[in-house]
Amino acid sequence: MANADCVVIQGSNMAECHPVAYQWVTEAKARGAKIIHIDPRFTRTSAVADKHVPIRVGSDIVLLGALIRHVLETGSYFEEYVRAYTNAATLVDESFQDTEELDGIFSGYDPETGTYDMTSWGYDSAAGDDHVEQSSEREGDEHGSSRKERSAGDEHGSGGPSLEHAEVERDDTMQHPRCVLQVLRRHYARYTPELVERTCGISADDFAYLANALTENSGRERTSCFAYAVGWTQHSLGAQYIRTAAILQLLLGNIGRPGGGIMALRGHASIQGSTDIPTLFNLLPGYLPMPWAGRHDDFDDYIASIASPRQKGYWVNADAYAVNLLKAWWGDAATEDNDWAFAYLPRIDGNHNTYATTMGMIDGTVEGYFLLGQNPAVGASHGRLQRAGMSNLKWLVVRDLNLIESATFWKDGPEIATGEMKTEDIGTEVFFLPPASHAEKSGTFTQTQRLLQWREAAVAPPGECQSDLDFFYKLGLRLRERLAQSTDPRDRPLLDLTWDYAVDEHGEIEADAVLQEINGRFLTGEKAGQMLPMYSSMKADGSTSGGCWIYCGVYADGVNQANRRKPDAEQNWVSAEWGWAWPDNRRILYNRASADLDGKPWSERKAYVWWDEEAGRWTGHDRPDFPLTTPPSYRPPKGTAGIEGLAGDDPFVMQADGKGWLYAPKGLLDGPMPTHYEPQESPVANPLYHQQRNPARFVYPRPDNPSAPSAGDPGSSVYPYVFTTYRLTEHHTAGGMSRWLPYLAELQPAFFCEVSPELAAERGLENGGWATIVSPRSAIEARVLVTERMRPLRIGEQTVHQIGLPYHWGQGGTGAVVTGDGANDLLGVTLDPNVAIQESKASTCDIRAGRRPTGPALRALVEDYLTRAGVTTTTGNVRRHVDAVPQASPTPEDDSGDSDGDGGRYDEGDAAAGSYPADPREDEDEA
Amino acid sequence: MSFWHQQLAGPTDPARDAGWEDPPPRKGFFTDTSICIGCKACEVACKQWNGIPMDRLGMTGDSYDNSISLGANTWRHVAFVEQTTERIETARESGRALVDLGMPALRPQGEPLPSATAQRLSRATPGPLPLGGPGTIASGSGLAAADGGSGCGCGSGSGGGCGGGAPVGQVGPDVTDLGAARDAAELAAATGTLPDFRWLMASDVCKHCTHAGCLDVCPTGALFRTEFGTVVVQDDVCNGCGYCVPACPFGVIERREAPPEAEAKYVLDVEHGIAQKCTLCYDRLGVDQTPACAQACPTTSIQFGDLADMRRRAQERADALHANGFTEARVYGANENDGVGGTGAVFLLLDEPEVYGLPPDPIVTTADLPDIFRKAGFAASAMIGLAAAAFLGGRR
Repeated sequence: MANADCVVIQGSNMAECHPVAYQWVTEAKARGAKIIHIDPRFTRTSAVADKHVPIRVGSDIVLLGALIRHVLETGSYFEEYVRAYTNAATLVDESFQDTEELDGIFSGYDPETGTYDMTSWGYDSAAGDDHVEQSSEREGDEHGSSRKERSAGDEHGSGGPSLEHAEVERDDTMQHPRCVLQVLRRHYARYTPELVERTCGISADDFAYLANALTENSGRERTSCFAYAVGWTQHSLGAQYIRTAAILQLLLGNIGRPGGGIMALRGHASIQGSTDIPTLFNLLPGYLPMPWAGRHDDFDDYIASIASPRQKGYWVNADAYAVNLLKAWWGDAATEDNDWAFAYLPRIDGNHNTYATTMGMIDGTVEGYFLLGQNPAVGASHGRLQRAGMSNLKWLVVRDLNLIESATFWKDGPEIATGEMKTEDIGTEVFFLPPASHAEKSGTFTQTQRLLQWREAAVAPPGECQSDLDFFYKLGLRLRERLAQSTDPRDRPLLDLTWDYAVDEHGEIEADAVLQEINGRFLTGEKAGQMLPMYSSMKADGSTSGGCWIYCGVYADGVNQANRRKPDAEQNWVSAEWGWAWPDNRRILYNRASADLDGKPWSERKAYVWWDEEAGRWTGHDRPDFPLTTPPSYRPPKGTAGIEGLAGDDPFVMQADGKGWLYAPKGLLDGPMPTHYEPQESPVANPLYHQQRNPARFVYPRPDNPSAPSAGDPGSSVYPYVFTTYRLTEHHTAGGMSRWLPYLAELQPAFFCEVSPELAAERGLENGGWATIVSPRSAIEARVLVTERMRPLRIGEQTVHQIGLPYHWGQGGTGAVVTGDGANDLLGVTLDPNVAIQESKASTCDIRAGRRPTGPALRALVEDYLTRAGVTTTTGNVRRHVDAVPQASPTPEDDSGDSDGDGGRYDEGDAAAGSYPADPREDEDEA
Repeated sequence: MSFWHQQLAGPTDPARDAGWEDPPPRKGFFTDTSICIGCKACEVACKQWNGIPMDRLGMTGDSYDNSISLGANTWRHVAFVEQTTERIETARESGRALVDLGMPALRPQGEPLPSATAQRLSRATPGPLPLGGPGTIASGSGLAAADGGSGCGCGSGSGGGCGGGAPVGQVGPDVTDLGAARDAAELAAATGTLPDFRWLMASDVCKHCTHAGCLDVCPTGALFRTEFGTVVVQDDVCNGCGYCVPACPFGVIERREAPPEAEAKYVLDVEHGIAQKCTLCYDRLGVDQTPACAQACPTTSIQFGDLADMRRRAQERADALHANGFTEARVYGANENDGVGGTGAVFLLLDEPEVYGLPPDPIVTTADLPDIFRKAGFAASAMIGLAAAAFLGGRR
């Protein structure tokens, strides 16, 4: 970021939430970069930016789409880069139909399930029918998936989804009506500055400022970067927000180059690490997909689902990555004869996201729960649902530094106060176990930049406190001990695990030993026992093992590379010897794009890696992210796949066609191009289509998860204001590490809401006084902070007021210095279909002066609102709008048939808790 | 008499005045409020290192400021000031008036300022300055110099585009003509780059005055001048008389009160009744460490070093901002001829000092002592003379 000429921070409050990383933005500014902050609120980031642009929450795709349109219509895209390095020239299949033709849906939509069949989104194939291969997975030759399961998006990792092959039709003039550039142009034709003004509340002048700043600071000589965080992701179409920025940055030539990129600012220490070596239900280490029950019965089926042997790039070696993982886990028990113990891997059979798990608790299908550094009673959306779930478990293990609300909800949670729960009725047995803090354990953090940094324990943990690593190691030992005599085949995976890590003098497992296992070793030959140097040395024949292919090399030469601390004053500005970045210590991915088609830097100023003609190899400041000896002029013979299939101008080495995807023929469940939909709850009607909301979002139409009516529908005026949730510098997420600390608690001692002077006047709110905020889920109270940092926005004929709610406080817990109501109690559960993230940045509410009622009167207030708004389980949960122009398959009849929504198959829970009007009324939302 | 003059007003080396032989260069802070992100890391790092108890619990409703002011338990305090266009315009105008009055605005001299990261690193790891890379002189191409951005960290917020051309690798341009600053400011106003809103943040701290009233009035010697030119309280000597409290022209030093009963369980058990304030981390300076607040500051808004260097950086920063039309920028505390002989902590402010809760013209309360002594002496002599005359007269 320090190398950028323009930094756009949107969907992130970087200075407040990433103050340490913000030093690089400060640095960029000191070097002359322009800093622009686009955010609903004027925050501490806005205060140090060159310009703040207020925006209505949930409208970012309109703004970014308009920038795409601006770049295309003014011809200010980086033409050489776009033509050669992206799929702009690739032709799209004839059967593809755009949202502009179908009133808000793409071709292939099934209103019954709310899912897309992506077949028609594929590229126009040049391979011909003679290449068709049939397998259990692959029913055709199209580049789009033929699979209809909505799980498809869970199944591919860092490189995007596979294509059957890389033979595509191109039009290098980029004039063909079906080439991606023209498809894009038509798709964004209506995203004008005027649309921005009446959808986002951003003036034409501000839009021009932004557009000029970006285009003036992109191209050969200059680069711009974006930074985002959960302000983009936490929407019912969050993945598409980032996609829109990716399209823009590709068009501007800002990917793979210094000072470019889209910075995904991760929430806290090693959140990046927790997806690399995942804590997610759908991924294995290194972004290998989790196998599916019934679909991936043998190893070959599984590998075939990851990558086609006929596609380009490094994913064709997925078999080696998977075999090495299995060898790392099961050692000698993983052999070629038993498919490398593939049968030992657990399987998934649905979307087991965290909210599905919570609803499973309520519905009685989940019995136990581990909470490690997590406080869902306060930190997760719909706190009431979370606490209801945890109160219906058999056991709950909380490992935390303090007695957080998730450990004490059964005696002092909000539902105990309202009388909805009684302690004596809750059967959950809660185990509270003491953990080690981050200063009391060794290990790595992997941060936003994919950089692994090793840290040593500063002190030993006190008393019985234990690191999570040691806890699970010892738990494993005990389980294995208990099962040692078992002959049951289902216990073999546990008993055959390689569970033989080095321990220190206290008997505690060495984190270093785990890092070595992750890096991997040669198992046979003269190097047997040595560390693998990089992932290309991983073999699929069982002669090597490694726990995470993208981390291979972190222990190269038998040295903990993550523990390197060479100051940047003593090395070049890329600082390759500080820590270690995956993959293969590359600091910028796809960096071949930093050189032109001939392999020369686009400019001296932005030189990064380049082709050394004399040496016949790629070289530069960073490690080239490209086959080292493939010259720029190389063109593979037709039909060549894998790494040899990468042409000299295919910088995107993990993509199946080697190109950056302006248009995603496959992989995103809600469309090949981002298009604007309003949030689940919004006071504004979608100006583009009758289709108000993302038709592929995950909805959970249950009585305990009601949504407010939107956009002028009857009842929507009951919840007239928008609220958005966020964090403050002074606190840490749900507060477990800050509200218990006097030094931090005193800095922001009370839960507050931020409102504009105009809204304060409208609702009689006084600065420093109290306000009650009511959503369809709950009502909470907050102190009022009236500030001109909050601004009402003019949206067409409407004035939209936005209320800011930091979510760090909770009711209950033991020993907290400060407590308060939890903002997340106001949120419902509606999810992005690609990654199952909740929509927690945009919802609607009412606000009134004064404190909330207590006891049973609190629920009565919430239910009074629900009744007045006429909310039912179908409100907001119908996928296809009934007024939508009926084209393709959907018809109004189909829609109403779907109006109960299968909501990701959890509708059996409709009978669960929830006490507002039981008879679903007519669906006023959609009628 | 000239000895008293030196010690109580005007430029001097306070460490030498205090009797230190061959002291190290005087140390101090430069707090650049234009790049402060208001994270309060300085407040927390200070408390943690110095073992200061929690100050108070309670929301003030005054922007994000809940620690109110410096005091016995808050030795770094971040102010938050929200302003709309009118006030910004006033600040810009008043700053311009200062320039017009001939406020010292030195041209940058000596080495150009290293980049923010380089400054941070040079504290930890002395060595050649790094950070070549794209967009710097090291990478060639004069493009940035031709139409690069401003290099200002003006904190201007909405609408505050900063034009102007900054030679890269240097914070701010080479100011050659102050008229250019006025022109730029006029241009800024004319082209509408005056922001419609801004949020000022500034981390305040003890000024470690050249002429420190607190020290001068301390009857026990608990307050003393260190070899680094800073002012420190020895809590085991302090008797809690409180004379120092009204003697400070900045309202920094304060006696520590016992916490309210409800908060006592969260508060470290430390001595009450004694006077407390920033020590400029005397214990850390002694082992060549950076004070905790400066160490923790992520954006180098708080810089620490030789005071002369700090004053120079502050002035260069102000000049750079002026050159880009931000005439509201001004240096605070670097004038050796002010009422406290210049402070050991200097600030770059973006508005008048009062806006941040700082006195516009601080005068050490003991400044008039020589005069008082002189007059008292004169009066005493006169009285003695009169008395003597009376006796003599009586004999007549």
